[in-house]
Amino acid sequence: MGWRLRPDGRRKEEDIMISTIRWKDLGTPARVSERMVDLEVDGIAVTVPEGTSVLRAAAEAGISIPKLCATDSLEPFGSCRLCLVEIEGRKGYPASCTTPVAEGMVVHTQTTALAKLRRGVMELYISDHPLDCLTCAANGNCELQDMAGAVGLREVRYGYDGENHLNQAKDTSNPYFTFDPSKCIVCSRCVRACEETQGTFALTIDGRGFASMVSPGQKEDFMDSECVSCGACVQACPTATLMEKSVIDQGQPEHSVITTCAYCGVGCSFRAEMKGNDVVRMIPHKDGKANRGHSCVKGRFAFGYATHPDRITTPMIRAKITDPWKAVSWEEAIGYAASEFKRIQAQHGRGAVGGITSSRCTNEETYLVQKLVRAAFGNNNVDTCARVCHSPTGYGLKTTLGESAGTQAFDSVMKADVIIIIGANPTDGHPVFASRLKRRIREGAKLIVADPRTIDLVDGPHVQASYHLKLRPGTNVALVNSLAHVIITEGLEAADFVAERCEAKDYAKWRDFISQERNSPEALEADTGVPADLVRGAARLFATGGNGAIYYGLGVTEHSQGSTMVMGIANLAMATGNIGREGVGVNPLRGQNNVQGACDMGSFPHELPGYRHVSDGVTRALFEGAWGVKLEPEPGLRIPNMLDAALDGSFRGIYIEGEDIAQSDPDTQHVTAALEAMECVVVQDLFLNETAKFAHVFLPGSSFLEKNGTFTNAERRISPVRKVTPPLAGKEDWEVTVMLAEALGYPMPYKHPSEIMDEIARLTPTFHGVSYEKLDALGSIQWPCNDEAPEGTPTMHIDAFVRGLGKFVITEYVPTEERTSRKFPLILTTGRILSQYNVGAQTRRTANSVWHDEDRLEIHPSDAETRGIREGDWVGIRSRAGETVLRAKVTERMQPGVVYTTFHFPESGANVITTDNSDWATNCPEYKVTAVQVEPVTQPSEWQRRFREFSETQADLLAKRDSVGA
Amino acid sequence: MQETQLQRVQEAVARCRDLPGALLPMLHAIQDDLGYVPPEAVPTIAKALALSRAEVHGVISFYHHFRSAPPGRHVIQVCRAEACQSIGAERLVARLRERLGIDFHGTTADGAVSLEAVYCLGNCACAPAVMVDGALRGRVTEAVLDEIIDTAALVDEHVGVAGGAR
Repeated sequence: MGWRLRPDGRRKEEDIMISTIRWKDLGTPARVSERMVDLEVDGIAVTVPEGTSVLRAAAEAGISIPKLCATDSLEPFGSCRLCLVEIEGRKGYPASCTTPVAEGMVVHTQTTALAKLRRGVMELYISDHPLDCLTCAANGNCELQDMAGAVGLREVRYGYDGENHLNQAKDTSNPYFTFDPSKCIVCSRCVRACEETQGTFALTIDGRGFASMVSPGQKEDFMDSECVSCGACVQACPTATLMEKSVIDQGQPEHSVITTCAYCGVGCSFRAEMKGNDVVRMIPHKDGKANRGHSCVKGRFAFGYATHPDRITTPMIRAKITDPWKAVSWEEAIGYAASEFKRIQAQHGRGAVGGITSSRCTNEETYLVQKLVRAAFGNNNVDTCARVCHSPTGYGLKTTLGESAGTQAFDSVMKADVIIIIGANPTDGHPVFASRLKRRIREGAKLIVADPRTIDLVDGPHVQASYHLKLRPGTNVALVNSLAHVIITEGLEAADFVAERCEAKDYAKWRDFISQERNSPEALEADTGVPADLVRGAARLFATGGNGAIYYGLGVTEHSQGSTMVMGIANLAMATGNIGREGVGVNPLRGQNNVQGACDMGSFPHELPGYRHVSDGVTRALFEGAWGVKLEPEPGLRIPNMLDAALDGSFRGIYIEGEDIAQSDPDTQHVTAALEAMECVVVQDLFLNETAKFAHVFLPGSSFLEKNGTFTNAERRISPVRKVTPPLAGKEDWEVTVMLAEALGYPMPYKHPSEIMDEIARLTPTFHGVSYEKLDALGSIQWPCNDEAPEGTPTMHIDAFVRGLGKFVITEYVPTEERTSRKFPLILTTGRILSQYNVGAQTRRTANSVWHDEDRLEIHPSDAETRGIREGDWVGIRSRAGETVLRAKVTERMQPGVVYTTFHFPESGANVITTDNSDWATNCPEYKVTAVQVEPVTQPSEWQRRFREFSETQADLLAKRDSVGA
Repeated sequence: MQETQLQRVQEAVARCRDLPGALLPMLHAIQDDLGYVPPEAVPTIAKALALSRAEVHGVISFYHHFRSAPPGRHVIQVCRAEACQSIGAERLVARLRERLGIDFHGTTADGAVSLEAVYCLGNCACAPAVMVDGALRGRVTEAVLDEIIDTAALVDEHVGVAGGAR
């Protein structure tokens, strides 16, 4: 089955893997030290870094000391008293987990005295533990059971009739796991995982002594507590106390495959634990370099959509969108699509068709779609959904630093001293990164948050922002300019760095610009709404607090000045010398799993793979030679251009893979009108999504579990996606694109995605060293990966910027044209929530909806009161573009004058309201600023009524498929 | 929790939040004022100290001294430390259990009396010792206990159950 882990063919696996299911636990975390310590454990010489525990040193020598409360993802705790050892010259029996190694130490892990002690401890544990091993969900994978075996427990002299915890009620409130306190040994691993690994602190120990019990929140159900269902506690539990419901239902998995999560841009590495072809559970991979063994509620648990009954697994066609669907063979569907594209091109010109790829596709799929458009359609009309999220990042960072990507690895945050978060909400959008960020803040790093809302990071357990710059939406550039103004005018810049690394002429011009009084925090206070003294304080902290790292999200890019703001951030980083080493940098947090990769793969109309402009003859010649076709030197249409062209009749056919523009793109009514105007809309997706309701050809897609490929995350990390189960519709997505290309008369003779990657590597300098063999060997690779950096590049721009010298760009603040008025007095901004993902096509089809089953409009109490709006009321939200109706959530997280919603549910119509305003450089839509009015209403909006009718009609046309099917 | 209670919690929080290791002084201040730490006060405490609700709950439930429910109108604390035990404290405990029909950390159904254990009242020379509504009593016998319980009931009758627990 495709690209499965081969234990025998890999370097490191022998050391860390017991089987593909059980991985060796070294007991305590690794320590980093330049000093190495020599000791002897059971006669075996071991050398480990200073600070390592005796338990881990023994484990590294292959010696297993019994343990229960220790695990290598958590700091040692010393409570279970099983890992006792004898150390020559020391009294008593110290716990090996909390005892650091010392030079010359001689350790004995197995003696008669230790055996007796350990047996005694186990006897006590088992005297208050159910003896239902045979019917227990952890049977076959239970550390308590293993330890009973290891210590040779043979009897329990105390009996089982004494006071005990055996009749405790189970908490089944969480949809994905159960909590059975009767099986709990109170090792506190779950409590510590929630604190150390996740940073939520939702668990505690209630009571003391024998009455001690694990308690979510204030002794309540998991669902009522602060728990965010990341799964870290379940992962840490050594017994069946915290157990995935899927394991309770299906039993223990029998093999596992390492793959990469298909949700956000963190790109967590997971072990898909399988029974045959069924995924039993997803376990965060300890050696995954993006996530370091952690996960969130989406990647860990929300994979059920892959087998949801809504999946469409047969190709379908229809002549008109008012016709019922007809189920057909792959050949017929592809043949029909190809003949339609050819007909349209013959009648309306070569440029009358195009394609859209998605950041949810693999690199290989995206590469093929742009290749199909350029080589088989013969035009450059290809775009990607990165257009509507991070296109300004590509533009802004290329212009200033020379490469369209973030500068660091996620590990870098652990060396940052001052962290600025701008326009991002990591605890919801990038939760696994947020956990590492919170860990670093607990270690003492300072935090500055620039966001219109009071996000969780501003004020949470053990996380407090030193500054919250609660700016008005649309004033990012004013804020970043005023921060830079303070740094320059107060002489806090890194003059040496700038002199050595940046273009002097541009810097002088920028310095002159930014020093002007109109860029001061005082002058801009009226625009940003942020008190000048806070801006000054934050700027001073960032410039003088040590390693300064900037992380940003779509709150930066999705503005009319998105590209300007990205360049403003790069200016700030360069001016303070915070580029080119660990702990610093400019870090775009990518929304979807493969935003970075989709951009890298040349899916923009003006760029070939590797960000090389189509007008560049040398690059074009390279691809023309490899592909055997002539390429157009002019950029093709962007998504908004395609839609406009569709309405004026010059663009009539489109191939859309994995994107749902009818829900995710701004001004929905404009999008759907354009789709209706087209003659051949081909949608390749898992589900009949909103766009597919306007399609003429539906090609069933394959989920990330059903195909081979790679994703590239926000830190440029290329990670393998491995097929763990056969595609439900029989084909991986890349195979479908190959079929379509061939039906169009352009052969693509690939036999495996590795061959596509080989072609990408051959043609793209930053990917020259990438291959599936190397990915197998290294686990993942951060590009650039080539002769100069054969194992990849965690930190960029170390000695010089990719463009040579860093370029300061003047970032004049120009207020958006979208302004509030008497008619539209509030500003709507949009975002997302932890449990749901993007258009929700995946997460809405999982139990994640128990946390968030509808999009709500968040509004400040004062705005709510003046409008007579109470919590839960239906409210109409009207903009210049359209109107929709949602329920209100009254919260002080908002600032007066600003309202907020998410866009996870199609019927919410969040994008019915958003306008066609966009970034001046890249057309990235201004999702974050829409002037609106909000009023109480009693019925859905006109658009929602039409949406419901249309959806019902389309559902009927799908249901009729069976009666007319092939 | 009543409005006035919430206000008093907020006052205690404001008073204590900047102390080093503020959680315990804060919990004491609230319990000294209200007689207990209402679970509804926990989110306010947690927010003020940048802790989670779970952490605050863990501390409250760890210390027997902190109550999560209002005490009875009278609180009887019996010393169970070594000196008192050696001279008959357990007989007193048995008597109290029998008369009140409750165990330690319990409150009688009519809300009149709560029973608590303490471990040394510093009155070993006059063991066994008992503290009633904050007043220390030495050389307590079962008869004295009976009198205390009866008086408590009597006081309530006369006063019309207005008495506090402090």
